[in-house]
Amino acid sequence: MAQYETVIGLEVHIELKTRSKVFCDSTTEFGGDPNTHVCPVCLGLPGTLPVVNKTVVEYAIRAALAINCSIAEFSKFDRKNYYYPDMPKNYQISQYDLPIALGGYLDIELDGDTRRVGITRLHMEEDTGKLVHQGTITTTPFSLVDYNRAGVPLIEIVSEPDMRSPEEARRYLEKLKAIIQYTGVSDCKMEEGSLRCDANISLRPVSSTELGTKTEIKNLNSFRALQRALSYEIERQTKVLGEGGRIVQETRTWDEGKGITLPLRSKEFAHDYRYFPDPDLVPMIIDREWVEDIRSSLPELPDDRRQRYIGEYGLPEYDATILTDTKELADYFEDCVNAYPNPKVVSNWVMGDLTRLLNSGAVDITECSIGPEQLALLLQLMDKGTISGKIAKAVFEEMFATGKDPEVIVRDKGLVQISDEGAIVAIVDEILAGNPKSVEDFRAGKEKALGFLVGQVMKATKGKANPDLVNRLLKEKLQ
Amino acid sequence: MIISERDVEQLAFLSRLDLTAEDKIAYTKSLNAILDYLDMLNRLDTDTVEPAAHVLPLKNILREDKLQPSLDKEQALANAPEEEEGAFKVPRIV
Ligand SMILES: [Zn+2]
Repeated sequence: MAQYETVIGLEVHIELKTRSKVFCDSTTEFGGDPNTHVCPVCLGLPGTLPVVNKTVVEYAIRAALAINCSIAEFSKFDRKNYYYPDMPKNYQISQYDLPIALGGYLDIELDGDTRRVGITRLHMEEDTGKLVHQGTITTTPFSLVDYNRAGVPLIEIVSEPDMRSPEEARRYLEKLKAIIQYTGVSDCKMEEGSLRCDANISLRPVSSTELGTKTEIKNLNSFRALQRALSYEIERQTKVLGEGGRIVQETRTWDEGKGITLPLRSKEFAHDYRYFPDPDLVPMIIDREWVEDIRSSLPELPDDRRQRYIGEYGLPEYDATILTDTKELADYFEDCVNAYPNPKVVSNWVMGDLTRLLNSGAVDITECSIGPEQLALLLQLMDKGTISGKIAKAVFEEMFATGKDPEVIVRDKGLVQISDEGAIVAIVDEILAGNPKSVEDFRAGKEKALGFLVGQVMKATKGKANPDLVNRLLKEKLQ
Repeated sequence: MIISERDVEQLAFLSRLDLTAEDKIAYTKSLNAILDYLDMLNRLDTDTVEPAAHVLPLKNILREDKLQPSLDKEQALANAPEEEEGAFKVPRIV
């Protein structure tokens, strides 16, 4: 059977976090009753004229610079014509042949390797309204249209077909999301639709350099959906080609429940958008000084931050990559390091217990009830020997659940470590007397028995005994 | 003839126009006349002419990112042929 290589490119739409829409002064605020965030312009009423929001252009440039694109000297808006009631004008204002930015890239790390993925272009466009179908989409005779989202600014970022596996595609999307979030132009929340992704995928014989026929997959609402849909599509296309069939160029939709892609009925969307320059909008000549101003205002981006964590903090690459994945997590981590200047210890807590608790409670790091200073206080309590590492984990969980300071929890629950030798000796003696078999085993050279005995002492003290002391006393008694 | 009657049918479909047989013949003729004229323009030497993206000598008309209140719902829906639950009610398309 022929061996195939997978070729993937992504088209990503990102909603910009401006106050007003791209061509009118209606609010971009999410939600609201249907058709209450609208004006004559975004309703496409006759006689109205769109005017470009300057902040949209600025944000688009900002995002483009962060992914190493060149900013066009000359750019314009075009009309993409199609008949569908999600746009009241019967066209969407977009950019066709002269987008605001071209030719960038970003680097992705996968299994210790770095790969560069090219970015073809970045352009600005307006979002569409939402259609709500009554009953099921196949039986209802009507749709209800809400234009609150119509005219909300978007950037579309088109990658080169440079990815070779679903994992790479996922990593690219994660990296793109992180970078754009860092620039502050969007929240990039996939679950809320402020970041959306379509994937183009084709296969070709391993030796070939020509692109095979591609399919486009839509309705990818999560990183997991992207990776699963691409894996499914590789399987499907491999089977078709393996049986001597041909891939039909078509748009397919991901069915999350069934775990398959299905062709979308597309006869209504004959791909002939008849783009032409929008006569209502005049061209933009992008001032170089403006571009350089925006460039100099870019924050430290994930790659630089990762390198700094490795170089300055001495963190392993793995830690540095995960910690810089979102700006919020990296900011939190750095605040913790400022309060407790031992990056590796802080990293272990943030990547371990904290991440586990955040994930299990579906809590965002920005809403974390443990402040960086509180984490530092907890670590200082361990350093002072007030509590053991094991108790610290329990205190940490309590802090996460209640938001209380660690000292308060330690005091209220009586968790202070027992470092009084006399008290521990008494318990050690008791344990040794109660476990003669383990004592015998240890003396016969079974080192493991010591661990068991330590465990028994810790259990008897509800984890409060100072573990170093327990170890030392047990060894002394067993000599 | 650059444009066939078949092209006119396709264009009419994309533009949601219902054309009679006579319409199709007439539009095929007039669209071709327009394209013939463009063909004539194409013969001009434009090597030294900058492409025009717009007929007016304007550029960079931008506004500040400021809000104005929305239309109220009644006004927004005033022209809706039908409405329901504050939304425009339209025939199902797909
Ligand atoms: Zn508006």
